[in-house]
Amino acid sequence: MLTVNVILGVSLIAFLVVLCFFLGYMERKVAAFMQVRLGPNRVGPKGSLQIVADTIKLLFKEGLTPDSSDRFLFNIAPFIVVVTSMLVVAPIAFAKDFQLYDIHIGVLYVSSISSMGVIGILVAGWSSNNKYSLMGAMRSGAQIVSYELSVGLSLISIVVLTGSLNLNEIVLSQQNGWWLFKGHIPVMIAFVIFIIASTAELNRAPFDLAEAEQELTAGFHTEYSGMKFAMFLLSEYINLFVVSAIAATIFLGGWMPFHLGTWEAFNHVMDYIPSVLWFFGKTFFIIFIIMWFRWTFPRLRIDQLLNLEWKYLLPISMINLILVTVMAIMNWHF
Amino acid sequence: MSLLGEDILTEEGEFIINMGPQHPSTHGVLHLKLWLNGEEIKRVQPHLGYIHRSIEKMSESLSYRNFIFATSRMDYLSAHMNNEACALTVEKGLGIEIPERAQVIRILMSELTRLASHQLWWGSTGLDLGAVTPFFYAFREREAIMGIMEETCGARLTQNYNVPGGVMADIHPNFQKHTKEVMQQIKSKLDEYDDLLSGNVIFEARTKGVGVLSKEDAISYGVTGPTARGSGVSCDVRKWAPYSGYEKVQFNEILEEGGDSYARYMVRMREMKESISIIEQLIDNIPDGDFQAKTKNVIKLPKGEFFQRVETARGELGVYIVSDGAASPYRVKYRSPNFSNLFALPIMAKGGKIGDLVAIMSTLDLVIPDIDR
Repeated sequence: MLTVNVILGVSLIAFLVVLCFFLGYMERKVAAFMQVRLGPNRVGPKGSLQIVADTIKLLFKEGLTPDSSDRFLFNIAPFIVVVTSMLVVAPIAFAKDFQLYDIHIGVLYVSSISSMGVIGILVAGWSSNNKYSLMGAMRSGAQIVSYELSVGLSLISIVVLTGSLNLNEIVLSQQNGWWLFKGHIPVMIAFVIFIIASTAELNRAPFDLAEAEQELTAGFHTEYSGMKFAMFLLSEYINLFVVSAIAATIFLGGWMPFHLGTWEAFNHVMDYIPSVLWFFGKTFFIIFIIMWFRWTFPRLRIDQLLNLEWKYLLPISMINLILVTVMAIMNWHF
Repeated sequence: MSLLGEDILTEEGEFIINMGPQHPSTHGVLHLKLWLNGEEIKRVQPHLGYIHRSIEKMSESLSYRNFIFATSRMDYLSAHMNNEACALTVEKGLGIEIPERAQVIRILMSELTRLASHQLWWGSTGLDLGAVTPFFYAFREREAIMGIMEETCGARLTQNYNVPGGVMADIHPNFQKHTKEVMQQIKSKLDEYDDLLSGNVIFEARTKGVGVLSKEDAISYGVTGPTARGSGVSCDVRKWAPYSGYEKVQFNEILEEGGDSYARYMVRMREMKESISIIEQLIDNIPDGDFQAKTKNVIKLPKGEFFQRVETARGELGVYIVSDGAASPYRVKYRSPNFSNLFALPIMAKGGKIGDLVAIMSTLDLVIPDIDR
């Protein structure tokens, strides 16, 4: 049993790394598409091996540790960040009957582990002994602690409707229609809030204050180079995938095909599409939306960022949760 | 408090950050010393001298034909206007009239330069505020203008097209056709610029009410150009002291009353439209004749002092030449727009956040080599 688990774990890590290669390529191509340019097009067919070349470059770079830094914390921070982001993948159902870790408190697990990544970022910023890094880390801390609330509340609204914290059961509850469609307006609001808040939690533009290049040079990873820097990049893309996968699972039915009420023939055709395609299709759709944000919006200022959460998103999601609860009690959903 | 106060921390909890000389948003080797309390800026102190090339001193040993071209390296985004200012000063000293054709070509080239400069500014403003995409859109149009420059002047950035007495060579046969095409292209894309950045909620939140420069402060700090016009100070040299025949073209001086970063942004956005209108008035009416007045091979200015100012893309550039009758200037002094504009930064940034400082710097549109020279 142990061997099986080890093999599964290693193959999951390998899968995530390959996935991040693809996400890096996708981000460059999406950015290029929005910026009237071509993007990588030299290394490999259509530039698809550019990321591999970049990784090789990073592997051969010297992993500098500044003299004045706290050496132990400085070197361990990238691993904290990567490990926490990889842990979150465990309870996600990639396809029908394919789940690595069927934990009955999946939603709780996901939201608690994903908020631990900020510890790594804070450690990185503190141990670098650089003012820019420290400011980036403090920004990141303030940001993730705030937006965690909205993410949690919007996830809870679906938990209320389903009556279960188990991700698998949440997927199965969407057999007759995804929550986004059968949950009326409150669930749509929760979905929008989830997307906004989780973009902020990912530290991606327009909420990329922790690494605001124009203000803090590179924020918390200013002092990092080589593979240690690549670890932060890796965790950013894994987080991007995880957040999109959670959104797809909770709101868009995970691997569940698109079903329309009593249209038997239509539903049958939909069932022929493999469930793994459904899952990744939805996930990549949300990834594309989050990338779209990044390449079209300017960055918020730190006080505006916190205002947005505490003055708008949090009150809205609290009221929304009450609405969802009333809806669940009165059985107003389909 | 004096501008260059002592380097001590006045309050507990304050700390100093050196922004630059190597920093992504200072657009060059500007060094700002920031006194911070958390994110809030208590004091800003600019440090200069990282790109000083002593252009003014160097000019004292260059001939009147050659010293003009050193100014291309001052404000390299309005290189043509810098050259024009020097050429005009020398012409003033010589007391020669330059042909009308040369004047019109100079205006056309100046306005093209202004457009290209404002486009680069627009792109980098987006970049500074965290939106990468505008940069590529701005460069698409800027590239077209650079193409015209390359065709006629032989150079794209530091054109070196002005000489005492006119311009160095006649315009390229395709100049009018290409310019018209490019103007059409830019006109159709300016709305796209507004869609992408101007109306964006985040952009407005980042710039409105940020870095307010009052009219009085603008005047007392000697701020000029779009920065001053954003505070409602009418200071367009093209209107107040027309040169090169600017009195013959119809255009409006753009004024905004806000004094904040958004007002400065809007001034430049609207100025681009005015520049297009100036170019469209002149492009079909380039008079025939010489492109250069006859001058002696070795120019010698009579003994005396000569001053000429022009409106560059960033403000008022003044050229002051003292001549002792020799073949090269006795003393040259440039009054560069960016120097004065930069020193309004400390009062604008005070009390703001670090993000505000970046927004203010990008709407000041600083070109660092012009500050140090």
